[in-house]
Amino acid sequence: MVGLLFLVPLLPFLGFLVLLVGGGRLPRRAVEAIGVGSVALSFAVAVLVAIGFAGLEGESYRQTLWRWMATGGFSADIGLWLDPLSLVMMLVVTGVGALILLYSVGFLRGEAGARRYFAAMTLFVASMLVLVLADNLLFLYLGWEGVGLCSYLLIGFWYREPANGAAARKAFLVTRIGDAALLLGLVLIVASLGTLDIPVLQDRAPEAWTAGSTLPVAAAALLLAGAVGKSAQLPLQVWLPDAMAGPSPVSALIHAATMVTAGVYLIARMHGLYALAPAVQTAVAAIGALTLLLAAISALGQSDIKRVLAWSTISQIGYMVMALGAGAWGAAIFHFMTHAFFKALLFLAAGLVILRLHEEHDIRRMGGLAMKLPVSFAGFLAGAASLAALPVVTAGAYSKDLILWQVAASTEGGLLLWLAGAIGAVLTALYIFKAVFLVFFGPMQTAPEPAPASPAMLGPIVVLAVLAVFGGGLAVPAQLAGTLPAPPLAGAPGHPPLAFALVSAALPLLGLAIAWALYVGRRGPLTGLAASRAVARAAPVAAAGFGFDALYERLFVRPWHALARTLRDDPADRPAAGLAGLSLGGYRLLRETQTGRVRWYAASLAGGMAAALALGVLS
Amino acid sequence: MTGLPMIWGLGLAAILFVLGLLGVLVRRNILFMLVSLEVMLNAAGLAFVVAGARWGDADGQVMFLIILTVAAAEVAVGLALALQLFRRTGSVDADAAMRLRG
Amino acid sequence: MTLVWLIGLLLAGGVVAWGGERFGSAWPRSIAVTVMLIALVMVLGLWSGAATGVVTPGGPWIAHVEADWIPRFGIAFHFGADGLSLVLVVLTIILGFAAVIAANIDVKERVGFFHFNLLWTLAGAVGVFTALDLFLFFVFWEAMLIPMALIIALWGHEKRRAAALKFVLFTQGSGLLLFAAILALVFAHYGDTGLWTFDYLTLLAAEGSWPGNLWILLGFVIAFAVKLPMVPLHSWLPDAHTEAPTAGSVVLAGVLLKTGGYGLIRFTAPLFPEAAQLLAPYAMALGVFGILYGAVLAYAQSDFKRLVAYSSVSHMGFVLLGVFAATLWSLQGAVIQMLAHGLSTGGLFIMAGLLQHRLGTRDMQRFGGLWAGMPRLGALTLIFAVAALGLPGLANFVGEFLVLLGTWERSVWAAAFAALGMVGAVIYALALIQRTFHGAPHGNPGVRDLDPRAVGLLAVLVLLLAGLGLAPQPVLDTTAPALEALLRLSEPAILAGEVASHGL
Repeated sequence: MVGLLFLVPLLPFLGFLVLLVGGGRLPRRAVEAIGVGSVALSFAVAVLVAIGFAGLEGESYRQTLWRWMATGGFSADIGLWLDPLSLVMMLVVTGVGALILLYSVGFLRGEAGARRYFAAMTLFVASMLVLVLADNLLFLYLGWEGVGLCSYLLIGFWYREPANGAAARKAFLVTRIGDAALLLGLVLIVASLGTLDIPVLQDRAPEAWTAGSTLPVAAAALLLAGAVGKSAQLPLQVWLPDAMAGPSPVSALIHAATMVTAGVYLIARMHGLYALAPAVQTAVAAIGALTLLLAAISALGQSDIKRVLAWSTISQIGYMVMALGAGAWGAAIFHFMTHAFFKALLFLAAGLVILRLHEEHDIRRMGGLAMKLPVSFAGFLAGAASLAALPVVTAGAYSKDLILWQVAASTEGGLLLWLAGAIGAVLTALYIFKAVFLVFFGPMQTAPEPAPASPAMLGPIVVLAVLAVFGGGLAVPAQLAGTLPAPPLAGAPGHPPLAFALVSAALPLLGLAIAWALYVGRRGPLTGLAASRAVARAAPVAAAGFGFDALYERLFVRPWHALARTLRDDPADRPAAGLAGLSLGGYRLLRETQTGRVRWYAASLAGGMAAALALGVLS
Repeated sequence: MTGLPMIWGLGLAAILFVLGLLGVLVRRNILFMLVSLEVMLNAAGLAFVVAGARWGDADGQVMFLIILTVAAAEVAVGLALALQLFRRTGSVDADAAMRLRG
Repeated sequence: MTLVWLIGLLLAGGVVAWGGERFGSAWPRSIAVTVMLIALVMVLGLWSGAATGVVTPGGPWIAHVEADWIPRFGIAFHFGADGLSLVLVVLTIILGFAAVIAANIDVKERVGFFHFNLLWTLAGAVGVFTALDLFLFFVFWEAMLIPMALIIALWGHEKRRAAALKFVLFTQGSGLLLFAAILALVFAHYGDTGLWTFDYLTLLAAEGSWPGNLWILLGFVIAFAVKLPMVPLHSWLPDAHTEAPTAGSVVLAGVLLKTGGYGLIRFTAPLFPEAAQLLAPYAMALGVFGILYGAVLAYAQSDFKRLVAYSSVSHMGFVLLGVFAATLWSLQGAVIQMLAHGLSTGGLFIMAGLLQHRLGTRDMQRFGGLWAGMPRLGALTLIFAVAALGLPGLANFVGEFLVLLGTWERSVWAAAFAALGMVGAVIYALALIQRTFHGAPHGNPGVRDLDPRAVGLLAVLVLLLAGLGLAPQPVLDTTAPALEALLRLSEPAILAGEVASHGL
C-alpha cells in the first residue's frame, strides 16, 4: 500500500488539471466535487499509505518516479521520500486540506470564480505535498515555489480590489527574497557536496564538513533565510498580515496550517546540517524567540480579527522555530500539528463570523455573538483555548508545554528562551481571549444575517474543534523519535518536575484572567493601566507591527521606484540616439548645398576643378 | 612645322573655354547654356588639334573626332532634356528646374 | 543531407507561399503551415536517429554535409549539426510554426510576401545554426536579417520604420565587425599555415594563439553580444520587439536572439581559449548587470511588449553569464535558458498581440481588470509570466538553476547577484499580470476571450514549457556531448597537436 504514495500528490494535481482544462463547461457542483473530492481522496490514500508504512520494515520508504535532470555529475530525481516526519506532514496537509476545502464549498456559495479558487487550492495541496514528500531539495524547492504561487493567486482571489493584488504581490515578493537565498543555498550544497538528495545529504554532510566551518554555516544560513521568508519570521514577517486579504479558508489552509510552516519543516528536515552550524542554530532560536514576542505584542494591537490571527500565526511559528533552535525537533513538529488544527479552526470560525456579519472584520464592532452563532462560538472558543494552551483540556497545551520544557532544559536553549516563551504564553492567552470576549460577549453591535450556515461549513469546524481539543493525545514526538534527534536535555530525559508543569499551566490562565478583567469585568487596577498614557502610546506601534512596513517602504520600495523612474527611458540608448542625432544634423547641413540650380552646380564644378588644378600646379 | 607658336593656339582654346564656361554659368536660357557647352567642348578639341600639330601626331585629331561624336550625343540628350523642360515648365529657364532640389 | 533539404525546403516554401498569394490570401498561410509541418517531421526524424553521425574533435555531428563552393579560398558548403545545433533548430521550427499561426493575428496585407520573409528568416536561422564554414555562416547571418528587417518595416506598428532602421543599423554594424573578425582570423591562419580556409573544424584544430587574438575575439564577441543582446548593446531590441508584428516578435525573440547565444558558445571560447578566459570576468559581470538592469527597466515600462522585451534582456543576461562561466552546468543551463526563453517569451508576445488586436493598444495603463472578460487569455498569460519568473516545474527554472550552479563554481558573487535577478523577475512579471488582468475593470466592454482552438494551440507551448521543466533530460542528453567537446576545446592548455593527430 505504500506504493500508492505517488497518488497522494498526484490526485490533487489531477484535480487541478481537470479544473484548468475542463474550462467553464463544468457545472458548479462538479467543480466543487472535484476540488473537495481530489483532496479527500488524497487523504484517504495517505491514510492507506500510513497504514502500509506502519507495517514496513525500516524507517523510511523511497519512491523514485523519473530522472529530472542529470548533468555534470549532479542529478536530481522526481522522487518521493516517506519517513515519520513527512508522514505527519502529509497526513496533516491532506486531512486539514480536505476539511478546509469542504468548508470552502459553503464559504464560496454565491461567489463567482469557484473554478479558479478550487484549481488554485488543489494545486496548492499538490505543491505542498511535493514540498513535504520530496526526496531531494530541488524537488522540494519545486513544491516550495509552487505553494508560493498558489498563495499569491489565492491572496489575490478578489482581484478587482487593487489592495488585494498589492498584498498578493507583496507576499510573493517577500517570500521570493528568502527563496532566492534558499536556491543559492542549494547551489552551494551541490557545488560542495555534489548532491541534493536528502537522505544522502544527511550522511554526507557530517563527513565532508567539520562543524562550525564556513561552508555548513553559509549553507545553513541560506536555508534559514528561505525558511524565514516562507514562515514569516523576523525580518521577513511583513507579508503575512497583509496576506489576510484572501478568503478565510485560504488563510486557514495556506497562511496558518500548512504553507507558512514549510520553513519549520525545512529546518527540521535538514537538522543534520544545523548540527554542523551551531552559530546558525543559535540564530534560529533567537529569531524564533524574538518573533514570538514581537508578533504576540503586535497581535494585541490589532482590531481586525483576521490580522489578530495572522500575527498569532507568526507568533506560534516563532515558538516552533525557537524549539528548532533549541534542538527540540520533535516538539516543534508536534506543535506544528496542533497549531494546524486549532489555527485552521480559528480561521474557519472567524470566517463564518465575518461572512454572517457582511464582511465586518473589526472586533470592536462585533459583540454578543455567542448565542447567535453558537457553532462559531464553540469552535472559536475551542481554538482559542487550544491556542492559549489552557492546561489539560486542550491539544495546544501539550505541544506548547513540551516546547517550553525542552527549551528550558536543553543545552542549546536556556532560561532566556524559556522566559521569552513564558511571556509569549501569557500574551497569547491575553490577545486571543480579548478577541473571544469582544466578539462573542458583551452587547451586540452588528446583527448577524440570520441565514443558517450550511453543513459543509459547520462539519469541518466541528471536526477541527475535536482535534484541537483532543489532538494532544496523538503521540507525535514518540513517533518521530527515530527520525529526528532527541533534544539535548541537560538533565536526565523524562517528565518535567511538577513545579515546572504548574508554572506552565499557570501562564495561560494568568493571560486569561487579565483578558477577563480588561474586557469583561472592565474594572480594577488593570483597566487603569490599560488606559494609561504609556499603553496609548504603544498601541499604534503594536498595531503597525513595529513599523517594519514603513521601514522597508523607505529602504527598498521607494528607492526601487525611483530607480525605475530614472532608468525608464534606458540611458544605454543614449549613445545610439546621439549617433542618430549627429547623422541627422549632418544631413540637414549638407542638404543646404543641394539647391537644385543647375548653374550653381556647374559653378561649383568649375570652382572645384580650378582649385584642384591650382593645387596641382602650385604645389 | 613652322607657323604660329603653340601658345597662340592654346591661348585661343583657353579663351574659348572660359567664354563657354561663363556662358554656362551666366545664361539662364537652357539653349544658350547648351551652345556654351558646345563652345567649351570645341575649345578642348582645338587644344587637342593644336597639340597634335605641335608634336606631329595624329592622336590629337583622333581625340577631336571623339569629342565631336560626344558633343553630338550630348546635344541630342541636352536638346531632349530642354524640350522636356519646356513641356513641363513652359519655359527654357534652367532655374525653373529647381523643383528637383533634394 | 537532411540539413540542406531543410534549408532548401524553407527557401522554396517561401517562394511558393509568395506565389500562392495570387490564388487567394489564405494560400500563403496554408503553404507555410504545410512547410513547417514537413520541416518539423524532418528535424524530429533527425533527432530520433541522433545516434548516428560523424565524430570529430569539434564534436559528434549528428548530420554532416560538405561540398566545395569556392575552393580557391577554402570556402565550402559545410553543414553539420551536433546536439547543440539540433535543439536550436528544433526550437526554430517550433517557434516558426507558432509564428506562422500567430501571423493570423495582425498580418492582413501582402500576406504572401510576409510568409516569404518569415520562411526566409527561418531558413537563415537554420543555416546559422548548422553552417560549419565561417563564410557560409556569415552569408546566412546576413540572409536572416534582411527579411526580418522587412517584416518589421512593412507589417509593424506605429514607429515601424525607425525601429526597422535601428535594427538594420545595429545588426549590420555588428555584422561588419563579425566579417572583419572572420577575415582577420582567416588571414592569421593563412599567415601561420599558408592555407586558405574558412572551415570551422580546420580553424578549431589550429593553435589558437595568434597575435591580436584578443581583438579578433572581441570582434566575434561584440557581434554576437549585439544579437544576444548584452547590455549596453541592447537598445535596438526594445524598439524592434515592440514595433514588430506578433509573428515577427516571436521569431525575433525566440530565434534570432538565440543565434547570438549560439555564436558565443560555438565560436568564441573554442576558437580562442586563452583570450576568452581573459574576457570572461568582464563578460560575466556584464551578464549579471544585464540581468538586473533588464529587470528594473522591464518594471518601469508601461507598454506591454516593451516590458516583455526588457525581460528578454534580463533573461539573456543569464545566457551570457552561463556561456562565459564555461562549465558544463552553466553551458547546459544557458542552452536550456535559450529554449525556455524562446517558448515563454514567444508565448508572451503572442498574448501581447492578441491583447492589442482586441483592445487596440499595448498601453497597460489602459488595461486592467481584463480577467473578468477573458479568463482564458489571462490564465495563459499567467502561465507564461510565471514561467518567465522562473517557477520550478517550467522550463526557465531549469536553465536558471543550472546557470547559477555553473556560475557558483567560478564566482560566488556573480551567482549571488544573478539570484537577485530572480527577485526582480517576480516584480516585473507580477506587475504585468496586475496591470493587465487584475484590478478594477475599466471600460473595455465587449472583448472576446480566446476560442478553444486558439487555447489548444497555445497549450502546446505550455506543454513544451512544462515538459522541458519537468523532464529536460532528453535535451540535456542531446546537448551534453556537443558541449563537452566544446568545453574541451575551450581549455587553454590543450595542445594543437593533440587535436590534429585525431585527424578530421
